[in-house]
Amino acid sequence: MFHRVFFNVIQVVTTMLFAPLVSGVVSRLKEIVQSKRGPSIFQPYRDIWKQFHKDEVIPEQSSWIFRFTPYLVFVTPIFVTLLIPVLTDYPLFFAFMGDMLGGGFVLSLGGFFAALAAVDTGNPYGPVGASRTRMVGFLAEPVFMVVFFTVSFTAGSTIPYIVQQHWVTPLANFFEPSHVLLMLAFLMLILAEGGRIPVDNPAGHFELAMIDESKSLEYSGCSFALVKWGGHMKMFVLLCIFLNVLVTPWGLAHEQAFGAVLLAIPFLLFKILCFVVVLVVIESSLSKLRLFRIAEFLGAAFVTSVAAMISRLFAS
Amino acid sequence: MTDPNVIIWLHNLNALTGGLFLLVLFGLVSVRQVGGCVRLFIALSLLLAASAFLLSAIYHTWHLSVVGVVDIATKVIAIPLLLRRVLPDEVYTRREVAQVLNIPTALLTALLLAIVAYLLSKPLMAVGDGIAIGVNLPIGLSGLLIGGLTAAVRREAVPLFLGLLAMENSAFFAGIGVAPEMPLIAEVSIAFDVLILVFVVGVLTRAVHEHIGTTEVGTLTALKEEPER
Repeated sequence: MFHRVFFNVIQVVTTMLFAPLVSGVVSRLKEIVQSKRGPSIFQPYRDIWKQFHKDEVIPEQSSWIFRFTPYLVFVTPIFVTLLIPVLTDYPLFFAFMGDMLGGGFVLSLGGFFAALAAVDTGNPYGPVGASRTRMVGFLAEPVFMVVFFTVSFTAGSTIPYIVQQHWVTPLANFFEPSHVLLMLAFLMLILAEGGRIPVDNPAGHFELAMIDESKSLEYSGCSFALVKWGGHMKMFVLLCIFLNVLVTPWGLAHEQAFGAVLLAIPFLLFKILCFVVVLVVIESSLSKLRLFRIAEFLGAAFVTSVAAMISRLFAS
Repeated sequence: MTDPNVIIWLHNLNALTGGLFLLVLFGLVSVRQVGGCVRLFIALSLLLAASAFLLSAIYHTWHLSVVGVVDIATKVIAIPLLLRRVLPDEVYTRREVAQVLNIPTALLTALLLAIVAYLLSKPLMAVGDGIAIGVNLPIGLSGLLIGGLTAAVRREAVPLFLGLLAMENSAFFAGIGVAPEMPLIAEVSIAFDVLILVFVVGVLTRAVHEHIGTTEVGTLTALKEEPER
């Protein structure tokens, strides 16, 4: 009992500690691909540290939503971390508090308040970015639902800890067409939700083209640090769901021992590093889509996920 | 007899090939560039060949591996080369291909067709007794419908024609699952038929291009007094 609570806390700490590192590695690798040196991989930590020590400016017209949102954006990924397998392959203390649908709702709650806060500031670019994020969000929603229902239909459960066992026992299950198509659809979903390149350019600083970044334009100081850190953690959580539940459920701690759980951390980081390399290849070889092409991109993701569903439903 | 575990693996890989086949078909409806369409068609033919090889391992018939080899020789190598040589470069450099339906609508229609194909093939599966029929028949059938859709929505000669070729590919995809003992002569003769067909259509497209300066056959329905140069 005590163990499970403790391990859950370790998962949360892991997410908080290593999430900025993942973002740092992504941007460093992208710079290396472009033959530049790039910032240190610890730059996101320094940014967050610097922002925490700065004073804060708050728009006069803004309401409580603007001040409340950074905490929500920071806390929601932590809540999801309690529900998903980050380090262990057996359910922990809070695992049955909510299923994958619950996790999705909690994550989108943060996104919803971020959009509200962007409108709240009165900055003209905030609402533009917020409405674009909502557009990407509602196009991504059907994909998420179909992926979710197919996964839970296949595994007979909506708890991520149980789902991950299904794909690898026996190993031949890994090559089921529905599984491979689901992985593809979820990869496209991560690119869209994480604001990565075919949908949004995370490194862009041109306000008219921004999607994800413009929501935090008005934040400064402590709130900005929280929003940034929350964004890193959201990406980390999405990667954990993708890698630990759908793609590579290996390398997670199997015994209820302290050492085994700690040993799972380097395995997890290694898996994320492998995925980050794939992500950098995708980001460096594609260009950003025009805004109204995003519907086509996510339409393709939707078709992929439905193809996964029908090849599962009608399998004899 | 082979180990049943190996059979399960091969069957799963065949199912995976089928899933990717379906995905590539969706791509064929929605890709904008002509070059992309040709590459997707090559991928489609490669997947068909892979499925033929896997089924030949499952059923222990050498017929199907010959089908795979002939498929690679004609559709992966000969047809793309022929299309490259016969058609003017302008077709490949143009960025976007005109469509009758916009792309999300076309994709969703293709999706509906795939679901219809799965529903239609449910009663048909009782015909054969092979284990691969559950994968190959519905996917081949949806390929037939989606290829037809591609031919209907494209206004450009080459993608339109590739839709027809995709129909032929899908018919074979279903065929090797339903009748693995199909006489070899059927496949070989059809393969060469298709090759000649590509040649004829390529020459025709070239003639259209020389005459009206474009290969957008969708615009041919309007009358013209004078060919624009």
